[in-house]
Parts: sequence; structure tokens; C-alpha cells
Amino acid sequence: MSNATELHVVTGKGGTGKTTVAAALAMSLAGRGRRVLLCEVEGRQGIAQLFDVPPLPYAERKIAVGPGGGEVYALAIDPESALLEYLQMFYRLGRAGKALDRFGIIDFATTIAPGVRDVLLTGKVYEVARRRDGGRFAYDAIVMDAPPTGRITRFLNVNSELAGLAKVGPIKRQAESIMTMMRATSTHVHLVTVLEEMPVTETIDGIADLEAEKLPVGHVVVNLIRPALLSAESRTALESDAVDARVVGQALESVGLPATAAEGLLDGGRAALRREDLERDQRDVLSGSGRPVIELPRLAGGIDLGALYELAGELEDMR
Amino acid sequence: MSRDRPRVVIDDSSRDGRIDVDALLADRGTEIIVCCGSGGVGKTTTSAALALRAAEQGRTVCVLTIDPARRLAQSMGLTELDNTPRPVAGVRGDTGSLDAMMLDMKRTFDEVVERHASPEKAQQILQNPFYIALSSSFAGTQEYMAMEKLGQLHAESVAGAGGAEKRYDLIVVDTPPSRSALDFLDAPERLSSLLDGRFLKLLLMPAKGPARLLSAGLGLVTGALNKVLGAQFLTDLQGFIAAFDTLFGGFRQRAEATYSLLQADETRFVVVAAPEPAAMREASYFVERLAGEQMPLAGLVVNRVHADADDGITAAAAEAGAARLRTAGPPAGPVTAELLAVRADRLAVADRERHQQRAFGSAHPSVPTVAVPALPSDVHDLDGLRQIGDLLAGQPVGSST
Repeated sequence: MSNATELHVVTGKGGTGKTTVAAALAMSLAGRGRRVLLCEVEGRQGIAQLFDVPPLPYAERKIAVGPGGGEVYALAIDPESALLEYLQMFYRLGRAGKALDRFGIIDFATTIAPGVRDVLLTGKVYEVARRRDGGRFAYDAIVMDAPPTGRITRFLNVNSELAGLAKVGPIKRQAESIMTMMRATSTHVHLVTVLEEMPVTETIDGIADLEAEKLPVGHVVVNLIRPALLSAESRTALESDAVDARVVGQALESVGLPATAAEGLLDGGRAALRREDLERDQRDVLSGSGRPVIELPRLAGGIDLGALYELAGELEDMR
Repeated sequence: MSRDRPRVVIDDSSRDGRIDVDALLADRGTEIIVCCGSGGVGKTTTSAALALRAAEQGRTVCVLTIDPARRLAQSMGLTELDNTPRPVAGVRGDTGSLDAMMLDMKRTFDEVVERHASPEKAQQILQNPFYIALSSSFAGTQEYMAMEKLGQLHAESVAGAGGAEKRYDLIVVDTPPSRSALDFLDAPERLSSLLDGRFLKLLLMPAKGPARLLSAGLGLVTGALNKVLGAQFLTDLQGFIAAFDTLFGGFRQRAEATYSLLQADETRFVVVAAPEPAAMREASYFVERLAGEQMPLAGLVVNRVHADADDGITAAAAEAGAARLRTAGPPAGPVTAELLAVRADRLAVADRERHQQRAFGSAHPSVPTVAVPALPSDVHDLDGLRQIGDLLAGQPVGSST
């Protein structure tokens, strides 16, 4: 048995498929006899949309079975519920908890009191990660669909936000325990990107920010990879103009297609080469980060449960 | 204005279900364009392209961006984040001009405090740890300050030939990449209702008169907070509230003024999306929300659309032809087979994207839309922005370069 619950934090620029990757990773980690929790913290209900189920409550629900036979649970963490639960758990503040709500304090603590919101969100993850079920941890792994790359370091680094505010007391201690977990070797912060300039730049910047705060960077997941459709021979032929509209036109006619389409096809081919060149440049940038890189294909049919299983298979190396 | 009668304002700047971008930019009645949409769809590029195009067509424009990509920022001369609009060099035409600025939310907040509090009180506020955290990291402050800055820029005037005139006759705003694209609509209200809340009022209230009835409950509450957060926390908080109290009224008023500015006739919203399910879903939601809030919508921009060549080869024909050419055929067979595979792939992408757009169109038939074809690389300079501008306006690329 491992001596800690693994924590996988999945971040990425908007539009790169962070939630999809988090879900696929959770399924991939759910090998035989293992229990994995997939949680979200931004109130977007992205997990429910992905699995096509009603909005998730503040409770752990079984949502899928991993390809290896393990179980995947899902949880949507919201700061209000987390605070009430926290107060109840540690202070038995049933009545006072309600009073807090009446005075607008819950609202205050979770929206305006600096840093408290993030302590609550990550605090719930901390609670789940330490929870025991008989002789073992309740979950073997937790996968968090986390805030985007631009905000991830600040989100995980809850101590810095609280510094100077809660100088003593349990919230401060809680923040310190959370930081210990976030920096532990059982934690991995993965960054999802696509092979375009802006998301790649953000990924590189994100890695630097995380490293500066000693947060453990895991994999870079390159999502939505298009297959290379042109072989090396075709590339050479296109670049050297060894093929032209005439010979392509003849080939088209030999299978009953209009020769007039040849010029357009050649343009399309050259555009595809340019795209591949740009993608190769971005790949080079990513491999320069020194982090292990995993690529996930763009699936033609979009994302459904079958697609998640397929992606989960591709993520085996992240176990 | 009745709240229960939502208006999707589709104005005269649309034709055949398409946004007439040039008419929108030429209309002197358009003084503010707000670009909104989910993260990663090209909002900043769209904002900058609209602003540049308007400037080169003779308007006095300021573009307010939140977090532009480094190279795009450099192309507009935005090398430092100093919260001041700076002229963009290289704008063509004699009559128009373009200024650009990057929002510094903390500085904007500080300036609001300095403007509305006595120097001594302002000092107190600026040094309070609650204020520092609120102004630099509160989720929502960025949205709030973007709207605050918009209000300021809109109100700015300069001495002109006929007396005082507006410093900018068009302001283009790029909304922050928030958790939800709608946060900027909610942030002012959320912030002011919190600062104005019952709890904070109670903390300030001396325990006498009717308040004494509440003080037992309050004692329980503050006791709990002291236990959880430590006593220093509450002391700092009370200091913050006391110092901030005089500003409350002002804040609420400003939030309301900004909100009505967004509803005003001189404002137009442009929803930006990419032809992918999540972005289009968010765009749909946004369009509905804007209608519910009586905010005037100019239309939807769908960025990075892949157009397919129309030369009579369908995806199925391309695939079948490719399969046959792979096994047998003339010398150029293999390369032609791969070219046909590229075509089939492009057609499939275009088909998927068309499906996304059609779904939006059926749900919102009255919303004018413009699709901007994908360019081979990211936009880094004014020429790139001009190209995007041409595509937005439905003009041949290069007609303005």
C-alpha cells in the first residue's frame, strides 16, 4: 500500500481540454481494485457535462468504471459547502454555522476574504486525501480539474495569499498543512496545452512559476494532436516542386476525380506542411522544458465516454 | 425600461444575418464595443483588430486590453503595464488615432481610493492587508476594475475646437479571461453588495440601542471567527471596514453607473467564440444573458474557422480516391493519395465547425454572425490585425494593407 494518496492537479489554458484530460487521467488511474476521485473547483459543472449526467452535488458520487476495473468517483467542491462542513467538523458549529450564514459571513469568507476561498477548496482536497477507510486511504488517487494555467500557482500556493491575514490559528495551520501536501512527492501538477504558440508560451511560463514556488511539476499533456497526413517523401516532393498540377491532375483522373482540383489540393498540401512546421516548432519549445510530454490525439467523433476510455489508454504512462 | 421584456438589440449594422462591421465602426453613435467570450477564443486579437480598423477609418479610438499575448502587446507598443493609454505607432490615415492600454487592476483600484478618500484615510486603506489582498487577488476585482477603467475613459474629455469634447469617440474593451465569461457583469454588484453587507455593518455598529438585541448572536459569530482565523484577522478586518465605510456609497453608485453605461445605446457587445462545442455553448449562454440584462448585442464573431475549398470533391470521394491511389496508379499516385487525405481531413473539420455554427444559428436565428477564417499563424503585428479586420468586415484580405 502506498503511504499517501496521489494527487494529480490538471491545469491548462482555456480551450485546451483540461477537463477532458483530467477525466481521462482519472479513468486511467482507476486500475483494478483502485478508487479514484475526480473533482472540480470552479463551479463550472464541467465533469457533469462531460459525462452527460445531472449537475454534481457537494458529495462524492460514483461516475464511471476505469478500463482496468477500478472505480471513479466525482465531486464538485464549492467553497460555501466546504466552509460549513469545515466548521461542523472541527468546531461542531451547527448553530453558529447557520448564524454565520445569516450574517452574510459565509458569503464574505468565501468571496472577499483574501485567500480563504482557495484554502477551503484545496482544504477539502486535503481532507479527502487524508481520509482513511479501514486500514487504507479512502482513495488511491485524486485528480483535480484545477483553475487555468494563468492562476494555478496562486491557487495552489495558498500560504502566500493568507500571509499577513490569518497570522495564527487553525486557518493558518490548515494552510501550512495544505502547502506540505502540495509540495509532496505524491503530488503532480500537469499542464495541458495544444500545439499553438500562445498556449505553449503560457505552459512554459506556468512551469517556471510553479518551479519558483517549489510546486512539483508533472507531465505536459499535448492535447488535440492531428495526425501527420503527409509522408517525408511527399514533403520533399511538394517542397521541391517535383509534383505539379499536371501530374496530380493525371492521378486524379485515373480514379475518376476532376483534374481541375489539383491546384487546390497542392495548396492544401503546402498549407498542411506549414502547419506541421509550426507545430514542430512548438513541440521543440515544449521538449525544451525538460518535462515529460504526452500527446493525445484529436478524436474525430468528439468526446464521449468511449473517447474518454480511448484517451485513458493513452495516458497510461502518467500512472 | 421593462426588465421582463428582454431585447436582443440587432441594429442596422447587420445585413443578411452577418454583422456589418464597417457600418458598426463608422456609426458615431457606437462609443463602446465590449468583446466577450470564453478563454482562448481570440478576444484580444478581435478587440485589437476592431480598434485598429476603426482608427484607420478615422475614429479616435482607445483599446483597453487585460492580458494580451506578449508579442501582440509589443506590436501595439504595450511594453509596460502602466495603466495609461499610449499611442500606437504605425496607424494609417490622417484623421483617426489609436491608443492602447493594458489594465493594472491594483493601480486602478488605488486611484479610486485616492480620488475618493482624504489623503490620511486613503493611506490607511492602502496599507490594510485586506485592501491589499482585495485589490490584487480577489476573483472579480479585475472585472470590476476593467469596468471602472472603461467608465473613466468614457468620461474623459479634452479641449477641442468646439469646447470640451470626448478624448475618445470609440473605446474597445477586451474582457478579462474569467472563470466564467460573465463575471464582469456580476463583479460590480457582488463587490458592492459584499462591502455593503449586513455583517460588515454589524461589525462597525456600537453595541447599543436595537443593535444590542443582535449582539448575542454577533458575539457567537465573532467568537467563532476568532477561533478559526485568529484575533488579528478580525482587528484588521474592522480597520479595513471602518476606513472603507465612507467609500461604500460611492462604490455602489459607480457600479450602478457602469452597469447602465453597458445598457446604453452607445454600447455594443460583440460575443467572440471559436467553432468548438464548449466555446459555442458559452457564447449561447452569453447571448441569452445579455438579452436578459438588456445589453445591446451587435452579434457573434466566430474565430479560427476552417473553410473548405469548393471544387466538387466530397470527403467521401476524396477518401475513396485516396484508397485507390495508394494501391495502384500513376507515378504521382502516392502523393496525390496523401493530398486527398489532407483534403478529406479538412472537409471533416469544416463540416464539424459548420455543424457547431448551425446549431448556434438555429438557437439564435436573429443574432448576426461573422466567421473569421483561421490564419496559418498567430497575429503579432499591425498587418496581421489589418488582415483580421478585413476578414471581420468581409472584405478581401489586403484591401486595407
